Amino acid sequence: MRGLLRQIWNTKGLARWILLVGAIVTVVFVLFALFAPWIAPFDFNQTRDAAGVKFEKLASPGSGHLLGTNDQFYDICSRVVWGARTALEVVLLSVVLSVVIGVPLGLVSGFLGGWVDRVLVFVMDAIYTVPYLLLAIIFAFMLNDRIGSGIVAAALSLVAIYIPQYFRVVRNTTVSAREATYVEAARAIGARPTTIMRKYLFGNVVQSVPVIGTLNAADAVGTLAALGFLGLGIQPNEASEWGYDLSRALDDAQAGVWWPALWPGLAIVLLITGLTLVGEGLNETLNPALRRRRLLPVRFTPREKVDAT
Amino acid sequence: MSSGSGSLSRYIAIRILLVIPMMWVLLTLVFFLLRVAPGDPVSAAFGGKLSEDALDVRRHNLGIDRPLIVQYLEYLGQVAHFDFGKTISDNRPVLDLVRDNGGATLTLTLGAFLFAIVVGLPLGRLAGRYRDSWGDIVIRIFGVLTYAAPIFWVGIMLVLLVVKLFPSWPTSGMASPITIFTVQPKTHILLLDAIFSGDGTAISDVLKHHVLPCFTLGLLLSGVIIRLVRVNVIQAMKGDYVEAARARGISERAVVRRHAFRNALVAVVTVIGLQVAATLAGAILTERTFNWPGLGTQLVKYILARDYIAVQGLVTFFALIVVLTSVTVDIINGLIDPRVRY
Repeated sequence: MRGLLRQIWNTKGLARWILLVGAIVTVVFVLFALFAPWIAPFDFNQTRDAAGVKFEKLASPGSGHLLGTNDQFYDICSRVVWGARTALEVVLLSVVLSVVIGVPLGLVSGFLGGWVDRVLVFVMDAIYTVPYLLLAIIFAFMLNDRIGSGIVAAALSLVAIYIPQYFRVVRNTTVSAREATYVEAARAIGARPTTIMRKYLFGNVVQSVPVIGTLNAADAVGTLAALGFLGLGIQPNEASEWGYDLSRALDDAQAGVWWPALWPGLAIVLLITGLTLVGEGLNETLNPALRRRRLLPVRFTPREKVDAT
Repeated sequence: MSSGSGSLSRYIAIRILLVIPMMWVLLTLVFFLLRVAPGDPVSAAFGGKLSEDALDVRRHNLGIDRPLIVQYLEYLGQVAHFDFGKTISDNRPVLDLVRDNGGATLTLTLGAFLFAIVVGLPLGRLAGRYRDSWGDIVIRIFGVLTYAAPIFWVGIMLVLLVVKLFPSWPTSGMASPITIFTVQPKTHILLLDAIFSGDGTAISDVLKHHVLPCFTLGLLLSGVIIRLVRVNVIQAMKGDYVEAARARGISERAVVRRHAFRNALVAVVTVIGLQVAATLAGAILTERTFNWPGLGTQLVKYILARDYIAVQGLVTFFALIVVLTSVTVDIINGLIDPRVRY
C-alpha cells in the first residue's frame, strides 16, 4: 500500500494530471454520496415541501427548485445528489465482491492447472462472450423476483459481468509466475501450496487489480444506469437512481422539456470520466512499460581522496 | 504445423466445432439462471390475475410442471432445431418475434455500423498519423466522451436538439403510421418493403426515421473504431516495412495509405467483428430511447411482463448471433492472415 502511494507521488507529466483531475472529480461525487442529506435540498423521494404543499410537476429550473422538478414531482437537484450515493454504493459493493471472488478463483485455477483450470477457463470464456448488458439483464431479471430490486440486487447483477475479467488477468499472471525461480525456491524449502499461493503468488498477481477495479467501477456506473433505464434497476421509492430518472425523462424530451434529462445524464458522464481517468492514470503509474517517473535529484557523496602511495 | 490448405481447413473445422460446447455452456447458464428461481414463470407472469386452477392448466400446457432436467433437455433439443419456445404472456413463438422485429434491429445496427466506419476510419487514421497533435487530442477526447456518455443519454440530448431546431423531423418510431399502413409487409424489413413498394414518400419517411437512431448508435461505435484505428496505425508506423517504404522514396502520404493503414486494418477487422456484442447492447438501449420497434424493445416489453420464456428465447437468440459472428470473424481472419491459425 505504501509502495503504491509512493509510486503515485512519483508520477510525472500527463499521468500526474490525469490522476489528479480524475481524483478530484471522483472525490466530489464521494462527498455528494457521503453528505447527501446535508447537500441535497430535499429527500430523494420527497414530493411535498415542509409545509405539506405538493411540488409543481415539471417545474422549470429556478426559484424553489434549483434544477427544476421532474414528472414525478421530485426535485431534480436532490435526485442527482442522492443518486451519487446509490451509484457509489452499488459500484463499491460490486467491485469488492468481484475482486473477492474473481482473484482467488484465478489464483487457484492458474496454480493448480489441470482440468480444474480448463473447465474454469472455458466457463469464464463462455460468460465473456455474452454481451455484458445481456448478462446483467438476465441476472437483474432473476434477482428482481428473488430479493427485490434494491441496491444489493443491482450490485449482484454487475458482479457476474466483472468476475471473468479478474479471473482472466490473475489466472494468466499466475500461470506465468508459477514457474518463476522464487516459487521453485519456495517449493524447495517445503512450502505448502496454500502458503505459496498466499505468500508468494498473491502479492505478485494483484498488481493489476487496482487498475481493473477502477475501470470496472467506471463501467459499472454506466451499466447500472442502463439497467435502470431499461426498468430493471432500483425503484424510485427505494433510492434515487440516475438511469431510472433518464427513462422517465424520455417522453418529456420528445416534448422538448430538457431539464429532467440533462442533469442525471451529466452526473453519469462526469462520474464515469472521473473514474476512467483515475484508472488510466493508475495504469500509467503502475504499469512498468508505460510509467514515466519524476526524476529525483541525485546527490553524489564527495569523493574521498585516495593517497597515492 | 503442416503447411498450406490442410492447416487452414483444420483451423476452420476446430473453430466451428468449438461453437457447440460454447453454446452449450451459454444455454445451460441462461436456462438455469432463469429457471432455478423460486416461483415459476406462469405465476410470475399471471400471478394474481388468474385463479390457481387456471394457473395450473397453463403450467401443464407449457410443460413446466415436469422435472427441471426434462425441461432442460427439451430446451436444448428445441434450440438445436432453431426453436426458441413460445412466449407465456401472449403465446407467440419467439421466432415470430425475431422475424417481425429483427428487421428493425438489423437496419438500425447496419446503419450505425456504416456511419461508424465512414466517420471512424478517417478520423482514427488522422489521429494515428499526426500523433500528439491538436487534432489527435481533440479526436481522442471525442473517443473518451463516446465511452463515458451513456448512449441513451446522448440519444435524449439529440432528441432535444432536433426537437428545438427541426420540429418537423421525426424523433421516435421507425415510420409514420400512414407509411406503416400503406407499405405491404413482404420481407419484414420495413426499409426494403418501402423500397419494393416504390413509394417515394414512404422511402424518404422510413429513411428520415433512421437518421437519428443510426447516428446515435453510430457515435458510440465510431468512438471504439477511432481508438482502435489510431493505436493500430501508430503501431504499424513503427514497422520495418514502413521504414523500408520510406527508404525507397515513397511519399509519406502513400506510405500511410498503402503500407501502414492497410496493415492496421487487419487488426481492426477482428475487433470490429467482436464489437457485435457491444453493438447489440447499444441497440437495445437505442431502441428504448427512440421507441424503435426492434428486438430490444421486445426484450424490454417481455422483461416488464415477467415473461421467462420470451426473455430466455430472446437472450438465447442474441447469444447465438454473437457466437456465430465471432466464429465468422475468426474464420475470415484465418483466411486473411496465416499467423492466426491453430
